[in-house]
Amino acid sequence: MSMARNSSALASKSLRGSAISATWPGRLVVYGAVALIGLALALAPFLFPDVRSQEVAARICVFIVLVASYDLLIGYTGIVSFAHTMFFGLGAYGTAIALKTMGPGFEAILLGGGLGVVAALVLALLIGLLSLRVKAIFFAMVTLSAASVMMVLASQLSDFTGGEDGITYSIPRLFSPAFELLSDAEGKAVRLFGVPLNGKIALYYFVFISALVLFLAMMRIVASPLGSVLKAIRENELRAEAIGYRVVFYRTTIFCIAAGIAACAGILRAVWLKYTGPDVVLSFDIMIDILLMVVIGGMGTMLGAVIGVVLMTLAQYYLKDLMALGAEATGSLPLVPDLLYPERWLLWLGLGFILLVYFFPSGIVGTLLGKGGQK
Amino acid sequence: MSDTSIPFRTRMSAGIDRFGGVMLLPVVLAFIAFVLIGQPSTWATLTIAGLAMGMMIFLMASGLSLIFGLMDVLNFGHSAFVTAGAFIGATVLAWLGFWVTGGNPALNLAGLLLAIAAATIFGALAGWFFERVVIKPVYQDHLRQILITVGALIVAEELILLIWGGAPIPVPRPAVLTGSIVFAGVSVEIYRIFAFLLGLVVYVAMYLVLNRTRLGLLIRAGVENREMVEALGFRIDRLFILVFMAGSALAAMGGAMWAGYQGLITAALGSEMMILVFIVVIIGGLGSIQGSLLGALLVGLMANYVAFLVPKMALASNMLLMMAILLWRPYGLLPAVKR
Amino acid sequence: MSAILRLEGVHTNIAQYQVLHGVSLDVPEGGVHVILGRNGAGKTTTLRTIMGLWKARLGTIQFRGQDIAQLGTPDIARLGIAFVPENMGIFGGLTVEENMRLATHDGSFDTERLARIHAIFPAIKQFWAKPAHALSGGQKQMLAVSRAIIEKRDLILIDEPTKGLAPSIIRNMIVAFREIAEETTILLVEQNFHFAKALGQTVAVIDDGRIVHRGSMTELVEDAGLQSRFLSLSLEAH
Repeated sequence: MSMARNSSALASKSLRGSAISATWPGRLVVYGAVALIGLALALAPFLFPDVRSQEVAARICVFIVLVASYDLLIGYTGIVSFAHTMFFGLGAYGTAIALKTMGPGFEAILLGGGLGVVAALVLALLIGLLSLRVKAIFFAMVTLSAASVMMVLASQLSDFTGGEDGITYSIPRLFSPAFELLSDAEGKAVRLFGVPLNGKIALYYFVFISALVLFLAMMRIVASPLGSVLKAIRENELRAEAIGYRVVFYRTTIFCIAAGIAACAGILRAVWLKYTGPDVVLSFDIMIDILLMVVIGGMGTMLGAVIGVVLMTLAQYYLKDLMALGAEATGSLPLVPDLLYPERWLLWLGLGFILLVYFFPSGIVGTLLGKGGQK
Repeated sequence: MSDTSIPFRTRMSAGIDRFGGVMLLPVVLAFIAFVLIGQPSTWATLTIAGLAMGMMIFLMASGLSLIFGLMDVLNFGHSAFVTAGAFIGATVLAWLGFWVTGGNPALNLAGLLLAIAAATIFGALAGWFFERVVIKPVYQDHLRQILITVGALIVAEELILLIWGGAPIPVPRPAVLTGSIVFAGVSVEIYRIFAFLLGLVVYVAMYLVLNRTRLGLLIRAGVENREMVEALGFRIDRLFILVFMAGSALAAMGGAMWAGYQGLITAALGSEMMILVFIVVIIGGLGSIQGSLLGALLVGLMANYVAFLVPKMALASNMLLMMAILLWRPYGLLPAVKR
Repeated sequence: MSAILRLEGVHTNIAQYQVLHGVSLDVPEGGVHVILGRNGAGKTTTLRTIMGLWKARLGTIQFRGQDIAQLGTPDIARLGIAFVPENMGIFGGLTVEENMRLATHDGSFDTERLARIHAIFPAIKQFWAKPAHALSGGQKQMLAVSRAIIEKRDLILIDEPTKGLAPSIIRNMIVAFREIAEETTILLVEQNFHFAKALGQTVAVIDDGRIVHRGSMTELVEDAGLQSRFLSLSLEAH
């Protein structure tokens, strides 16, 4: 059996493509796009002041963290987990429940979010120690089962979690639109480029800066010695073990780190939305989104998370509008409008996804950089 | 396990094996439940419901386990076969109309069998397509395999929604299988007996094929070591298609049976069942149908007992069961490959 | 002597690592022929490439004059080549009988051959109906070899059969292999020089993916200079 395992590890390696050195135009496109996205997100409240764009920008910030932390697993370590939304949800629910019961204060966010992160770490440790020693596929199944149970628990323990309806709550006053960061002589919020500097801006920058810090921390992790060990394990588990790396230890470590970061992303999501429910943090659809984003962007490239999240999120928010238009325009034809109906967009996404995995397994960033692995 | 296992453990497991080994677990579970429930008739009803549910889950799980064991492919699209089977079964039952709902038991049964056959045949064909088009290009590459099958699952679910819509669909139940019989004070739904018997027949058939035929010998060998089967001169890829078709057909059959049991189905049926199916495959051990049967019966019984005793814990209890078994035996109760 | 198997300039890559850098080798028909080499020199890769389990990137592999380099493993096996891998490839969940039956082309045994195998390896007969995972390491090796000879093959590839076996079992193996070699050709990969010396007619030394020495076994056994040159290299792991 050892040979079979070996060759499968090797096969998965070959998908990462040959080690052609990065092409300059490709690099330019990737780094340029990421810089542009970073800039756009940093200035989002001023560039796109409408409510919907704000929501899109904040969602992108949170998901970049979530997807990049997932990339630590799938791309850098070769672990396929379906429990990432579970950790995301733990952070969100911890924050939400604390805000609901303790009232809108920072201590509630700190305590609730902290407990959520700890719960995520403990659970990740348990799952990791229990099942990371066995095959990758097996682990995928175990995490999927764990995540489903968490989903059922969240909807059944309704006294605690609000069940299917979720929880709505208030957040600290500093983050409310009525709060003025700077007020002028008339007692109104000072406007910058026509945008009032109120609590909503503070909230956005709370999300943005936290996300940025978490993302940079992850960039640091993949460039650290831990990152190289993980890569060695991904490339050839048997050899890494032979060299003396304790594979289960390292895998469990990164699994815990990714879980903790996902829980932090959950805190951000909960604070931003002022609502936490199964649909926005736990559902399997979100897990699928994460998976699609990381693969589209490019596994094993932190920057891929950025590109994948932006493309998918924009598509989710704006492509559906286009499809609705298309469905209307083709209303007289048979079947075509059905296929263009906005609800069916997952069908096209699924097909595109399959083709992508076949033909560009290293995703957009991986393909542009000419390789799949880290830079 | 290595040859240097601890003597005490060896002695202990030898002792357990003498009394039927892990196969006794469902009996132990039933006994504990009997003590906790206290009312024999309720217990008997629940036990029969659990066994019937277990058998239907077995249909869905055994194929997945065999595919997994032989090809090292975890098909996340498996649940789409279950859903498709359920909807095709329901559609055929609805088409046959009076056959199914009328007073003639023979026609009733014929209608049901036709519906199950249609689902099963569809499963086999869809499995063939799936194996050739979707999975074949990514053998040996677990990561891409998982991704591709998840992608295929999305597409398949969307297609099902496109064809049958999102609203729940009622499934006509054959008149002859409607209602209950009362035996010694215990009321038993007839459909459950039918489901149990069908599952049993499938199990016995699979057991005989695997253990009494050369094809079965090849499959069991392939589960352990594909390369060696090839080195002995056998085309393993032909075996793959066959097993994949059989596994998908069984999933669709299980889906059709489950549709009849539920009476009302939605497109989420497959993914809802899939969690139980995964748990069954994990606790049963990969690639062994005995393991799948054992796991399915345990899960079916557990789900019914706990649903009665502590309703909110029904699914979580199976998860806990899985965790406990993984702690005890990391490769499941009856893995096909002896280590 | 005509060659039953001829490798010319075989290059094999495993992922992006090149393991064989042009292996050229003639295996004469009949007798036992040995490839010696240290760990990682490319011995196992050579056998697996012949068997088609890894594809040669460059070069030709001719079996009885037919190029088999691009054939699939099952087709290569059907030409009459048997393979005993390093891990023996025993199906532990199957009985000894089922293991043996699987190696026949139609599921039926030639009783005379079976009796001879039972005579060579009494353990096979003794554990006939037992699951193979219950066998000891030596018995598994005997089963792996028995499986390779249950029908007449033209060529048997054996990867380090002595690995981890007790000396007494190795002595039995030598006797068995001599008997088997009377009707077929054995290509043996070894690190154990004493075992190789007792059996081999020709020897090739492989290092770093290339054949660095070819000749008769007697030549190598008698020439201390050759031995120190190649065997320090091939046997430093022992």
